[in-house]
Amino acid sequence: MKYTEEHEWLRVEDDVVVVGITAHAAEQLGDVVFVELPDEGTTVSKDDEVVVIESVKAASDILAPLDGEIVEVNGAIVDEPGKVNDDPEGEAWFFKMKIEDLSELDDYMDEAAYRKFIG
Amino acid sequence: MSDDLKHTPLFDLHAELGAKMVPFAGYAMPVQYPLGVMKEHLHTRARAGLFDVSHMGQVILRGADVAAAFETMVPVDVAGLAEGRQRYGFFTNDKGGIEDDLMFANRGDHLFVVVNAACKEADVALMRAALEPGVTVEVIEDRALLALQGPEAEDVLAGLNPAAREMRFMDVATLELVGADCWVSRSGYTGEDGYEISVPTDAVEALARALLAHEAVEPIGLGARDSLRLEAGLCLYGHDLTPDVTPVAGALTWAIQKIRRAGGDRAGGFPGADVILAQLSGGAAMRRVNLRPEGRAPMREGVQIFADETSDTPIGYVTSGAFGPTVEGPIAMGYVSWDLAEPDQRLYGEVRGKRLPVTVLAAPAFKSRYKK
Repeated sequence: MKYTEEHEWLRVEDDVVVVGITAHAAEQLGDVVFVELPDEGTTVSKDDEVVVIESVKAASDILAPLDGEIVEVNGAIVDEPGKVNDDPEGEAWFFKMKIEDLSELDDYMDEAAYRKFIG
Repeated sequence: MSDDLKHTPLFDLHAELGAKMVPFAGYAMPVQYPLGVMKEHLHTRARAGLFDVSHMGQVILRGADVAAAFETMVPVDVAGLAEGRQRYGFFTNDKGGIEDDLMFANRGDHLFVVVNAACKEADVALMRAALEPGVTVEVIEDRALLALQGPEAEDVLAGLNPAAREMRFMDVATLELVGADCWVSRSGYTGEDGYEISVPTDAVEALARALLAHEAVEPIGLGARDSLRLEAGLCLYGHDLTPDVTPVAGALTWAIQKIRRAGGDRAGGFPGADVILAQLSGGAAMRRVNLRPEGRAPMREGVQIFADETSDTPIGYVTSGAFGPTVEGPIAMGYVSWDLAEPDQRLYGEVRGKRLPVTVLAAPAFKSRYKK
């Protein structure tokens, strides 16, 4: 598992990268009440705002961690945004993306580095 | 958090309860406890919630003609308020705008006024300028303020003093609670039945602990206080009401009794009366409405409102917006053109570049459950 400074986790499954937000991020956000996901098939560039997530406190964006194509989104969290708080690093993944070069993931933090990052 | 923030007398108790503290109106205040905003909100609607509102301003006004004097500051019937009763009001300015909204109670030989935390210094200055020397303005510094809200609030407070049961909505009384003389009103700001309790500072922690000891009671932070009041259609000063908004635009005409209106025995005589009395018959340019976005996306403060999906010019804006846990969807409050401020009117809020449908509600999303 890899982690971004935007508190996303990235998990490689076969040739796609599954993206979600960390338990730390979910806790900081508070109760999630709204999630807007990109369309499947959308081509995105690194740092594009691809997901909107709103909690009881505020709205935040989730950025595309890499260049690539969104191949699948998790509609279950649109129907039940609370899942993001219940199981952020499991059932409540956000989207899967196909990227050209999986080695780009190497630039991101591993778990130990992320733990240090969030202090 | 900045060290220059003021603390309420319950600061240490909030820490002990695991509160997340935020700066609010110059105070370090609990925004939520470990339960979280959503569950705190639902708990208050289901059982009872305890709120520390000690940051609010408490003021006593005394003088031979205190009611008549106070009427020069508010467009509300003060002289006609019976002893032991409380009423909602607001200070107006020369343009008819609202300087703050407040509660005042007739406690026999004095008026007891509770004002918003963010405005309290300005309010006290305003009162001193308008009322002294005929009326003394005493700022209460040695009392805290708690709110106990929810359907089980009566049972909980009656457990400490059975006389709490006898009070009706907007009654005020002095009740002995945990051995201290408390100034209690049956009111609050959540849409629920409940009480606000002015308690001597040295007794507030004992009272808070006694209330929290009841299994029905959870501590509730400012986060849930905001969504509770918004569901109930209650205004947050500084957001939904400002010095530029008149009571007519602010849809608060229900709080201006006939006796203060044109033709009444004590018509006018408050700041901005010419503007407000004219608007009472002729209307204003815009009006505050409760709004219900049709989708799931919250429409937050600042969202612009349009009459349709294509027009360039907004006809309104959102002043408060959040997710309403009880109504299980987004709720909002805002100002729209007077002619469009009609129940069931469909409008469009622009969120992230998209025009999303929003409906003007005939009544707040949550129907208040006061014990009248």
